[in-house]
Amino acid sequence: MEFIDYYKILGITKKASQAEIKKAYRKLARKYHPDLNPNDKSAEKKFKEINEANEVLSHPENRKKYDEYGKDWKHAEQFEQAKQQQGSRRSKQGGFSGEGFSEGDFSDFFESMFGGARPSGRQRSGGVKFKGQDFNAELHLNLEDVYETQKQVLTVNNKKIRLTIPAGIENGQVIKITGKGGSGVNGGPNGDLYIKFSIKNTTKFRREGSNLFTTVDLDLYTALLGGSINVATFKGKVKLKITPETQNGTKVKLKGKGFPVYKKESQFGDLIITYNIKTPTNLTDTEKKLFEELQKLR
Amino acid sequence: MATQELILIDTLCTHYQVEVSFFDALDFMGLIEIQIFEQTKYIPQDKISDLEKMIRIHNELNVNIEGIDVAFNLLQKMEALQNELNILKNRLNIYESE
Repeated sequence: MEFIDYYKILGITKKASQAEIKKAYRKLARKYHPDLNPNDKSAEKKFKEINEANEVLSHPENRKKYDEYGKDWKHAEQFEQAKQQQGSRRSKQGGFSGEGFSEGDFSDFFESMFGGARPSGRQRSGGVKFKGQDFNAELHLNLEDVYETQKQVLTVNNKKIRLTIPAGIENGQVIKITGKGGSGVNGGPNGDLYIKFSIKNTTKFRREGSNLFTTVDLDLYTALLGGSINVATFKGKVKLKITPETQNGTKVKLKGKGFPVYKKESQFGDLIITYNIKTPTNLTDTEKKLFEELQKLR
Repeated sequence: MATQELILIDTLCTHYQVEVSFFDALDFMGLIEIQIFEQTKYIPQDKISDLEKMIRIHNELNVNIEGIDVAFNLLQKMEALQNELNILKNRLNIYESE
């Protein structure tokens, strides 16, 4: 367990007055409040630290105890005695609740010194309900997995959550599942669960939103004379007619053969195919001769 | 037709220990939309999450209504930029994997 310098956390000196502590705390709280830093884990951590620091330093008795034993925090017995002496005296200084901040968020250091996390200001002020902690999770999927809407059962904090993953969800997209976060306090609503999707694409298709892109090799003769080829789309093959004299890099759009549009039932993007004309190699003498004849004709 | 669940403002005042004037000020600033039925004020349930955020910012950070408006505008801008960044990251991935 590491010694935590609460003064350093608040950016104040040991001689700081209560007003200075309050000022430093409010300034940092405004900077790191979870509501103003959504999905920012480091800000959330910092916010918890400054809350904890304020819980200790804004209360003269706690501060005195911290100043006295803080550096020698390993002397648990002394702390235990101090804790017993403290008895049922409790801090009257309210702390921030913030989104996702609960009594379980105090550090081990705090608990060792003050005997566990104390209730927040709101709880003390008469059992007011407030929202539980928001949870964040990341779900790794392959691109193929999000081509169709699917249902999955996730286990978050030992709770099973049935989740419907809409087809066409984007890499990095976050969805919120209301009420599946931490339990509310004093009967308040549960927090929410935020799931970030990390989608890996190992297919030969490039995805841009709901459109897919791919390159198809075309032999020289089909490109020159036309014909038909079988092209793989994301779901199955399609037969494509090649117009004569197709140029290298020509793009063809297959409407509705792309990726599903997020949350739009039965709507698909397009598949854009780029032709890559492959010229023959290892020509035989006859082939060379024939190409030379063709060259002369031009 | 989908029915919209509404919550009585008086209930919210008791629950969050805030004055009705606070809700009126938020409504005036365009941060929430109060609906009035038979001279009783309500707020749609799906706006409660934002409302809670506003109450927290107001109570815990001593930010006034104008400040909340500024913070929410910036948060919206941040969210839009985050989405744009996400789209660009995905596009960049396409070229990096080539």
